[in-house]
Amino acid sequence: MLAETFELLFSLPFWVAVLRIATPLILGTLGVLLCERAGVLNLGIEGIMVAGAFSGWLAVYHGMGLWSGVAVAALVGAAFGALHALLTVTLSLSQHVSGLGLTLFATSLASYGYRVSFPKVNSPPTITPFAEMSALPLPVLNAQTPLTLLALALVPAIGWFLMRTPAGLALRMVGENPAAAEGQGLSVAAVRYAAITAGSALMGVAGAFLTLAAFNAFYFNMVNGRGWVCVALVVFASWRPGKALLGAVLFALFDALQLRLQQSGSGLFGIAVPYQVYLMLPYVFSIVALVLVARRASYPQALMKPYRKGER
Amino acid sequence: MRIEKRAVPSRRLQLAAPLLAIAFTLLVSSLLVAWAGAPVGKAYALLLEGGFGSTFAWSETLTRATPLILTGLSAAVAFRARLFNIGAEGQLYAGALAAVALGGLHGGAGFALHPALLLPAMMAAAAVAGALLLLGPALLKSRLGVDEVVTTLLLNFIVLLFVSMMLDGPMKDPTAMGWPQSVVLQDALQLDKLVARTRVHTGLIWALALAVALWALMKYGTLGFQIRAVGANARAAAFAGMPVGWVTVKVALLSGALAGLAGAIEVAGRTSYVTLDMSPGYGYSGIVIAMLAALNPLGVVAAAVFVAGILVGADSMSRAVNVPTYIADVIVSVSLLSMLVATMAAQYRIVFGRRAAHAG
Amino acid sequence: MSSDTVLRLSGITKRFGSLVANDAISLDLGRGEVLALLGENGAGKSTLVSILFGHYVADEGTIEAFGQPLPPGQPKAALAMGIGMVHQHFTLADNLSVLDNVMLGTEPLWWPFSRRAAARAKLVETGQRFGLGVDPDARIADLSVGERQRVEILKALVRGARILILDEPTAVLTPTEVESLFGTLRQLIEQGLSVIFISHKLDEVLRVSQRIAILRGGKLIAVLPAAGADKALLAETMVGRQVQMPTRRPREPGATVCSLRDATVQSADGRKLLDGVNLELRAGEIVAIAGVAGNGQQALAELLFGQHALHSGRLELQGRAMPARAADWVRAGVARIPEDRHAVGIVGDLPVWENAVLERMATPAFARAGIVKRAAAQAHARQLIERFDVRGTDSMGLDTPTRALSGGNMQKLILGRALMGAPRPRSTAADPPGGSGPAWGGPALGPGGDPGSDKPATLIVADQPTWGLDIGAVAYVHQQLLDAVARGAAMLLISEDLDEIFALADRVAVLHNGRLSAARPAGDWTLADIGLAMAGSEAEHAH
Repeated sequence: MLAETFELLFSLPFWVAVLRIATPLILGTLGVLLCERAGVLNLGIEGIMVAGAFSGWLAVYHGMGLWSGVAVAALVGAAFGALHALLTVTLSLSQHVSGLGLTLFATSLASYGYRVSFPKVNSPPTITPFAEMSALPLPVLNAQTPLTLLALALVPAIGWFLMRTPAGLALRMVGENPAAAEGQGLSVAAVRYAAITAGSALMGVAGAFLTLAAFNAFYFNMVNGRGWVCVALVVFASWRPGKALLGAVLFALFDALQLRLQQSGSGLFGIAVPYQVYLMLPYVFSIVALVLVARRASYPQALMKPYRKGER
Repeated sequence: MRIEKRAVPSRRLQLAAPLLAIAFTLLVSSLLVAWAGAPVGKAYALLLEGGFGSTFAWSETLTRATPLILTGLSAAVAFRARLFNIGAEGQLYAGALAAVALGGLHGGAGFALHPALLLPAMMAAAAVAGALLLLGPALLKSRLGVDEVVTTLLLNFIVLLFVSMMLDGPMKDPTAMGWPQSVVLQDALQLDKLVARTRVHTGLIWALALAVALWALMKYGTLGFQIRAVGANARAAAFAGMPVGWVTVKVALLSGALAGLAGAIEVAGRTSYVTLDMSPGYGYSGIVIAMLAALNPLGVVAAAVFVAGILVGADSMSRAVNVPTYIADVIVSVSLLSMLVATMAAQYRIVFGRRAAHAG
Repeated sequence: MSSDTVLRLSGITKRFGSLVANDAISLDLGRGEVLALLGENGAGKSTLVSILFGHYVADEGTIEAFGQPLPPGQPKAALAMGIGMVHQHFTLADNLSVLDNVMLGTEPLWWPFSRRAAARAKLVETGQRFGLGVDPDARIADLSVGERQRVEILKALVRGARILILDEPTAVLTPTEVESLFGTLRQLIEQGLSVIFISHKLDEVLRVSQRIAILRGGKLIAVLPAAGADKALLAETMVGRQVQMPTRRPREPGATVCSLRDATVQSADGRKLLDGVNLELRAGEIVAIAGVAGNGQQALAELLFGQHALHSGRLELQGRAMPARAADWVRAGVARIPEDRHAVGIVGDLPVWENAVLERMATPAFARAGIVKRAAAQAHARQLIERFDVRGTDSMGLDTPTRALSGGNMQKLILGRALMGAPRPRSTAADPPGGSGPAWGGPALGPGGDPGSDKPATLIVADQPTWGLDIGAVAYVHQQLLDAVARGAAMLLISEDLDEIFALADRVAVLHNGRLSAARPAGDWTLADIGLAMAGSEAEHAH
């Protein structure tokens, strides 16, 4: 198995798969990162990804261009994000419960919309997804879609935004010490609304990747827990975009590896292992990563603490 | 504009909250029904009839409600202590698996024990399985500060894969012609039907009994008192000398056990074997139910019946009119969110104007 | 307004409910001047400057800065007019760098990039100009308290503050850092800035300021020049009023109930909160700890509540060393009254009767086999409410959510809970024949013949027991405490209210910077002595 794994790590098609699997994770994790850096936990990501997948795909199915579909997914994500902001920032409801309720709401809404739009089909109708960028001269990237490029570009972009712009500083401060932000004349609520909406838009795009690039149709259960993985990856990434990329790629590595190992049938160290064990590995990896990082995690200090103006 | 906690929650709004929530929910869902092109009034009528309109409807609703009551109780006790157990789905499956392991293996005859002993042993095993599954994340939270929401969530996926593995392998039913389902529980271990020719089974009685027991525990038991105190104000609880860490562990064991029992009772009462799709999200629905019931165990029963009725009614409605069954989940999630907002209105008030103040 | 007056406050009044925090205060600040605001905790100093900076809005009065009216309630406006504030509790983000914290809010949010290089240069230059060297890229969490304060000051200076408010700046500094700060202040003045310096420490105030404004009970009492001021007079003005030195019946103190020997308590980051404290608490005696908040009172209280462990030294209760487990202290008969009744004393969401037995619910008196003896607990609660005059339960009775009680009634509830102690278990030889009495146990008469208060407390630890209460409630609480001590309890009273201290205490000690003075008999202290000791300039302390 070791030799096989080694061989895999040097094969180009393997890395193509890794990058493709990693893309929605990168986008989703960046989205969660923005929300949590501002101090708000957004557990609606799983539902928002489903909603983004469905709405983006529906838009393209009805004749819009692929990028317009992505925009629609982003808008839908932003809308759900605004709802979450209303519940958690203005109404100070429990961030956990609001997020979970949102996931259920967004998922069921998307599923409902799908069934209403296509009541009688047995196999999901398809669209023409993003094409690979074969014109690019770079080896692994030329087998990817533009959305992957977008995701990769967003990593340094968001890093720049957070560390080198006044708005990014305001966002970080609001997640660390809202009173300090208020004391420098900023509105904590406004900054949080903006962060949650933007982050949720990214989550919507993450979902759209699944239907517009990775696959070409909308299936129920297609998100399959990726949203939750993103929440774990943010902790692993210590809320930094660069490490988020690393985490997403590592997770995708595990995922792609277990796919290949399953297919090759040679088992772990020669012992035949049921395929489910392979499928478990990425999730186990996420939990282990969380535990390892937990002690040292420098949380945004105001994360999950509702901020009420005027209380000192 | 500011939100300020009322000293005494407004009684009127507290009572009106569920009604306001339901009204708003009906409004939103009627929009969805209209989108599907179905007549709104007729659709609602069919929904109500399908869920509550006949003895058969009620029997289906109560059957569906049985596991929901249990996962609802599981969430209620955990959330009351601010332990956010999102892993009830996995704990349910773990319990189901444990039950079948004890009662179904060895050619469907289980261990060579008298059913009167085996049944409680089976249930106990299910409870233990669920409890242990939650204990891990609970300890990670109290010792290492790892957020239990993510760990319990991820565990769900791992458990489901484990169940799949068991169903393909050691626990597979050899007579099931290749379908991944477990061995069947022996007849003697299956729960009796409450009403002939329906699916309602004695598991419902167990669920109701557990609801009452949990209610009694929370209201009259020292542990219940400690759970409520720790959840409401852990600092004051610690000052008063309560063992906060221990209480969290006990809550985890209790909550996990309840979810595990949900799985065992489903197997013993409804399906008699374990499949991968035996739970259409009962674990997650339990959380919604607990929130709708404001974490009150008796309220959980009412909320579970409500949600079950909606689910069953939506099934029946969608067969008659062209409204997809997913409307049930929409109704449930919108009820949850609007219930939260309405409850908030009872506990808080909106204050307009400049900062008025807290003594500095 | 003359060109030399940079700030004028006129008739500032601020009320919080029935409490008048600032009462028609009028004050001027001159250019290049350090004005000290002197007063005890609760005198209204922090409120006044919070109004100045825009955190609060005054109910009456106006403020003019540099000849222009100051719009109320907006820190942004205050900053724009050149008013900067260094808060007592730093408003810094630990995980971010110095430069980040200083730059926040200085650039419009829609700019695509921060002018970090320019900001960094400005920060360094400002730092050099005022003698406040700091590494722009250091993480706040890695800085010492003194360095963090420098960052807070720089935050204001970089934004062009010409008036700087420092709220209790030396409270958390070491002596060296204090010197450093004073040097900074001198530089600020040389550059033409004006400073408002809030403190309760006399020595520092005399060293650093030109004029001293003394606040007491929300009113401005006097504004005196610092040069040639009489320390004793200042102290007396700051704390003094008609203090009743009560005629105390001299009591013979009994056996030692609790003793601390060379006790040291450390914070999580190694700072000494209590430093070599020696204390003896004897039955029937009240020892009061005076001092301004932040000098170790919290650590001492937590130590005796059973919530914090000793770092070194000895702590004995009834001759036994005690672990830091609150439940053990409760069982040992220690009556504990915490400082923060809302956050620590009660669980607001629970009903009154459950809070009444909060500490003892798991004891045999109120629970058996895991089931709460509701009747017993509620009877106890009813007794408590009646005996300790807890009001506010009329509409909902015992089920009233405790949050709904007023502060005074909440405190009476906590007091009753602590003092009423544990009911005697059912079968005791003390039961009179016929056993008529409350359901929860014998009618047992405790020492002193007091019905219903069995197993009296052995030690009472009261931390600010009358903070925020009205006069009636204060008198009530004091009477109850005195009665309990008369029944043989030892008592430690921690208070910032000298009236209270002298009304109750047999002996008084003063805490300053974690060191405890000797506990002298109350009659041996003069008002001036106490004020000086609280302000840290008693001869016994090394400075």
